[in-house]
Amino acid sequence: MRIGVLGLQGAFREHVMTFEALGVATVVVRLPEQLSDINGLVIPGGESTAIGKLMMAYGFYDAIRQQHGAGMAVWGTCAGAILVAHEVLDAVPGQETLGIMDVAVRRNAYGRQVDSFEADLDFKHLEGDAFRGVFIRAPWIERVGEEVEVLAEHDGHIVAARERDMMATAFHPELTGDPRVHRFFLDHVVASS
Amino acid sequence: MTDKGNATIGTLRVKTGLAEMLKGGVIMDVVTAEQAKIAEDAGAVAVMALERVPADIRAAGGVARMADPTKVEEIVAAVSIPVMAKCRIGHFVEAQVLQSLGVDYIDESEVLTPADEQYHVDKHAFTVPFVCGARDLGEALRRIAEGAAMIRTKGEPGTGNVVEAVRHMRKMNDDIAWVSGLSREQLFDAAKQLGAPYELVRWVAENGKLPVVNFAAGGIATPADAALMMQLGCDGVFVGSGIFKSGDPSTRARAIVEATTHFQEPEIIARVSKGLGEAMVGINISDIPDAERMQERGW
Repeated sequence: MRIGVLGLQGAFREHVMTFEALGVATVVVRLPEQLSDINGLVIPGGESTAIGKLMMAYGFYDAIRQQHGAGMAVWGTCAGAILVAHEVLDAVPGQETLGIMDVAVRRNAYGRQVDSFEADLDFKHLEGDAFRGVFIRAPWIERVGEEVEVLAEHDGHIVAARERDMMATAFHPELTGDPRVHRFFLDHVVASS
Repeated sequence: MTDKGNATIGTLRVKTGLAEMLKGGVIMDVVTAEQAKIAEDAGAVAVMALERVPADIRAAGGVARMADPTKVEEIVAAVSIPVMAKCRIGHFVEAQVLQSLGVDYIDESEVLTPADEQYHVDKHAFTVPFVCGARDLGEALRRIAEGAAMIRTKGEPGTGNVVEAVRHMRKMNDDIAWVSGLSREQLFDAAKQLGAPYELVRWVAENGKLPVVNFAAGGIATPADAALMMQLGCDGVFVGSGIFKSGDPSTRARAIVEATTHFQEPEIIARVSKGLGEAMVGINISDIPDAERMQERGW
């Protein structure tokens, strides 16, 4: 099992450290050819516009769609959740996404940085205590398709969801030191691809 | 830190967390809404809203202050990426004003004329996070103790000359390597020498890095400058005057963004560096009188 973390911009190192602590081989992906030989790809938090432009410039859109079609699981956190979505609300004009997951995501849904927050979440399938959600200029998931399972909500908004071999989280499990969501991705999302 | 319904805002983790999200990215100085859009379009991860870029502040002389709130609001309204703005060192009311305008990060900056020659802003008192400049480990840890959630090199702003940013990053790396090799009893003395809190010095010694993200700033003008700072270990890059004081800002901005991501790939840096037009005119540090060196501001 090998996991790739898209390393164009953003908090990719924290994902790598969390997977490595779980004993999983991890590679930072900066060029499309590095997508071969990985079982799952994480698109990390960062700025969705900046990551999207670099993805475009280096041919990542087609490469990720193709690898996903060939069985690579995909997890988007925060900016990554925007980049996997079918539909983005409040997008920058012309902002392109991978459009592989049947969700509509609202960008900067909670407001500006002064509205960034932490909250305890009841994350489906996780054992033990509540999961601490760290939301930074976060999006939320406004609509989900029929095949999508809602994994967590906060104040009436969907903040985590899963569709077959894809997962989207509006918050940042990689900033908490709690590896349970990463474990869930490996055991249930990657395993189903 | 404040409880708000079923959530807690302004925690250290959401403050440092935004800086984590900016890593590997370029933050660009802008003075108009139009420039902010050009920056966003080029792939900037954030913009710094200013009245004047550092090169013009340097040329104009006089007292440099926080930008006009109208300007900050125009830039906040123009882009969807985070907006930063500068307050004067120690000017906590400028910081309060910027927080009320909805900026996402405040830079308590030596580029502006200091308002207090002894104290910096108590940054723990704010919900909005702060970034501060530092030339060495002691200065960085003093700012972090005051509540800074992000550090940047000071460099020498508005010069288009990267030499001071390199000096400050090398010094930071040397200081971190030094404390990492010390025993417990030596760390007390190191804390005294650094003028920094013992607990933070010990954290750095145990972890071999700063507890917050550290960006490069001050004099970065080319894609190769940005990649140089990244290879020296910076987490990302601020470009001040270097973009909008150059011949073709949009192309140069894009090139610096790509060089920052692919900082270990000389072929990519070479390709994006071709045909960028005139870089900003640089200034040699030795030509700047001591009293006009912005990096000496801050204590």
